[in-house]
Amino acid sequence: MALLQIAEPGMSAAPHQHRLAVGIDLGTTNSLVATVRSGSAVCLPDEAGRTLLPSVVRYLADGDTAVGYAAQAEQSRDPANTIVSVKRFMGRGLADLSNLAREPYRFVDAPGMVQLVTRAGTKSPVEVSADILRALKARAEASLGGELTGAVITVPAYFDDAQRQATKDAAKLAGLNVLRLLNEPTAAAIAYGLDNGAEGVYVVYDLGGGTFDVSILKLSRGVFEVLATSGDSALGGDDFDHRIYCWALEQAKLSGLTPHDTRLLLTRAREAKEALTEHAETRFTALLSDGQAVDLTLTQAEFHAISKTLVDKTITPVRKALRDAKIGVDDVKGVVMVGGATRMPQVQRAVGDFFGQTPLTNLDPDKVVALGAAMQANVLAGNKRDDDWLLLDVIPLSLGLETMGGLTEKIIPRNSTIPIARAQEFTTYKDGQTAMAIHVLQGERELVADCRSLARFTLRGIPPMVAGAARIRVTFQVDADGLLSVTAREQSSGVEAHIEVKPSYGLSDDEISRMLTDSIEHVHDDIAARRLREAVVDAEALIDATNNALAADADLLSDAEREAIDAALAAAVAAIAGSEAARVNAATAALNQATEAFAARRMDRNIQRALKGHNISEL
Amino acid sequence: MNAATVNADRFGQDFFALFDLPRRFAIDAAQLDERYRAAASQVHPDRFAHAGDAERRAALMMATRVNEAYQTLKSPLARARYLLTLSGVDTQEETNTAMPPAFLMAQMEWREAIMDAKMARDVDALEKLARELRADAAALRDELAAALDGAGDLDAAALLVRKWRFLEKLEQEIGDAIEALLF
Repeated sequence: MALLQIAEPGMSAAPHQHRLAVGIDLGTTNSLVATVRSGSAVCLPDEAGRTLLPSVVRYLADGDTAVGYAAQAEQSRDPANTIVSVKRFMGRGLADLSNLAREPYRFVDAPGMVQLVTRAGTKSPVEVSADILRALKARAEASLGGELTGAVITVPAYFDDAQRQATKDAAKLAGLNVLRLLNEPTAAAIAYGLDNGAEGVYVVYDLGGGTFDVSILKLSRGVFEVLATSGDSALGGDDFDHRIYCWALEQAKLSGLTPHDTRLLLTRAREAKEALTEHAETRFTALLSDGQAVDLTLTQAEFHAISKTLVDKTITPVRKALRDAKIGVDDVKGVVMVGGATRMPQVQRAVGDFFGQTPLTNLDPDKVVALGAAMQANVLAGNKRDDDWLLLDVIPLSLGLETMGGLTEKIIPRNSTIPIARAQEFTTYKDGQTAMAIHVLQGERELVADCRSLARFTLRGIPPMVAGAARIRVTFQVDADGLLSVTAREQSSGVEAHIEVKPSYGLSDDEISRMLTDSIEHVHDDIAARRLREAVVDAEALIDATNNALAADADLLSDAEREAIDAALAAAVAAIAGSEAARVNAATAALNQATEAFAARRMDRNIQRALKGHNISEL
Repeated sequence: MNAATVNADRFGQDFFALFDLPRRFAIDAAQLDERYRAAASQVHPDRFAHAGDAERRAALMMATRVNEAYQTLKSPLARARYLLTLSGVDTQEETNTAMPPAFLMAQMEWREAIMDAKMARDVDALEKLARELRADAAALRDELAAALDGAGDLDAAALLVRKWRFLEKLEQEIGDAIEALLF
C-alpha cells in the first residue's frame, strides 16, 4: 500500500492521490470496517485475520480498555464491567428500555440518555461506542498505513434522530471525521446493486443483533431511490437468544440467577441458536456458579415454535413499508437478506413465503453493510470523480410539533426524501404574548405522549401584539444524514427572533471537544500542533476547490465579486504560512463566506447543464 | 455579494423552470422523473461531502429545493395548487368551505361508508372505498387539466382543488383506518 500513502500531515493531498476513507458497520453484536482498494470493497481484518470485531467493551481493573474478542471472552466472568450490545442503549433514556432486569448492568438515568456504572466510572453509551469505533479506526490506520480522511458510519434506517445524533457523537469522540451517516439497508443495497447490476424494485430485509429494518428501493441506472423504510429499533437476534434463555430457565426450573449465570446462559443461548442453523438439534449445557449443571437438548422444531412470534413481528413493518411505497409483493424483483440473524432458516422461510420467492443470500449478511458503506465513503472522500451513482434516502419517522391539547402536528411526513425542509406558520393565542414554547416531536402517533420528544425550546422577544397577530414561522430542516435542525422566527413585525436547536439527546460540540481532549489517547498528543495541522488541511482543500471553481466558472462573477474572492484567497494563503490555528480557521471561514453565492450559482449552472444534456439526447 | 443576490440565484425561478419544463398542469411523469434525477445528481450533498462549507451549505439548500420541487410537481393536487399560487390565486382550502350541496351530500355518504367499514373492521371494504375515491380523484384531475391548461378558468380550478383536498383527507382517513386494523 506504499503507493497509496497519503501526504505528510499538514500537506494537502494532491487531487490524484487516494484519500483514505472507510465504511464502518457499528453493529449491535459485531462491528466491521471496510475500504475500497484498487476498485473493490474489502473488509479489513485484525492481526489474527478476523474481520468481525465483537461489539463488546470491557473496562479492566488496571484502567485499560479491552474491545472485541478479548472482552467477549471475559464477559461471563466480569459481566458488570463488560458492555455488550451497547447499541440498544444509544439515544435511549431509562424509561425507553424494557427488560432491564435481564441486564447485568447498573444503570443511571441521565438527561437524555441512560448511563452505565463500571469500574472505570460512569459511561454513556456514546463513550462505549466510541471505544469500539476507536478500535476500528486503529485497525484501519494500521492496515492502510496512514491517517483516515473520513468515515461513513451506518445506522439502522429506523433509528430516530436521538439515536442518529448519539452515533455521530460517538464517531466524533473517537476522532473520526464523519462523511455521512448511512442507513444500513441502503448500504446493503449499494453493495448488492453495484455488484449485480440490479435494476428494479428490491426489498432489503435487515435483521441484525438488536435492530430490524426493511427498506424498499428502486434501482435504475445507478440511482438508488429509497421508496419507503420501516422497522423496529428494538428487535433482533438478541431477542431470539433471549427466547432460548427463557426456555432453558423453564426447562431447568432455574430462578434467582447471578449476573454471571445470566450472562453465561445468554452466551449458551446464542451458541445454541447458531448451531440450529445447521443442525436439527443441539445440546445446551452450562455449569452455574452454585455448582448446578444444566444439560438440555433443543430441537430446531422447538426453537422455531418458541421464536415464531418474533419472526411474525418482522412481517408487520414489511407490510407497512409496502403500503407506504405503494407497491405490491408482485412488483418486488428481489429480496436481499442482511444481518447475521437472517441466517436462521425459519426467518428465510417466512420471508420467502411472504414474497413468494427465494430470498437472495449470496452476499455475506455480516459484511454487506460495511462493504456498501466503504463504497459510499470512497465516493464521498472524492476518490471517484466520475460519480455514476446516486443515493436518494428518506427519513423513517414523521417529524412534528406539539399543538394545543397535547396533539402532534406533522411537519415532515415519514418516508420523505432527504434533504428536506418544511416551514409552517403559527400564531400567538394571548394578547401581548412575548414568548412561545416549541416542542419538537418524532413519531406517527397523534398524541404527544406517544411520540418521542426531540427538543424543547422557547422563542422569546416576540413584540407584544393582539392574539393571532404574530406570525411565527417554524422551519424544519433535515440534512443528508437524516439529522434535524429547527428554526423559529417571528416575522409579522419585521422584528426577528431566531433560535436553532439540536435535539436534546445529542452532546453539544463543546462537550465533545472537552471529552476528546480528556480522552487518554489525546493526552500524549500535542493538541496545538494537531489543531494547526487540521486547520491547514482544511484551508488547503478549500483553496484548491476555490481555484478549480474559478478556473471553470469565473464568468459567473462580477469584477467586484472576483476581487473579494481573490482577496480572501490571498489572506488564506498568507494565514497558512503562519503558525496560528485560529488565524487559519478565520481565513478559511472568510473564504467560505466570500464564495457562498458563487457556489450557489455554480450549482444552478450545473443543473442547467445537466438538463441541457438531456434535451439534446431527447431530440 | 449580499443575501438578495443569493436569493435571486436560488429562488428566482419557479419549479417548472428549475426542471426546464413547460408551466402547465399536464405533465410527462417520466420526463419529470428524469429531470429530477439529473438535477439531484448535480446538487446532492453527497457530491460535496469533501468540499468547503460554502459549497456544502449551497448543496444542502439546492438539494432541498430540488426535492421540494419534485414533490410538488409529482403530485397532481400539489401541482395544481402551485400553478394557481404562481398565478396569484389563493386556493383558500382552510377558509373557503362553500361547496355545491350535491358534493357535500356525497361527502357525508363517504364518511358514513368509511365509519361503517371501520366499525365492521372490514379491510376489504376500506380498500374498495379507497379505489372508488381514487377513481373520483382521477375525474377531478381531468377536469383540472381542462380548467388550467384549456379554458384558463382559475376560479373553477381553485374550486376543483378544494374538492380534491376533501377527497385526499378522506383517503388519508381510510389509510389510517386500514393501518390501525392491520398493524
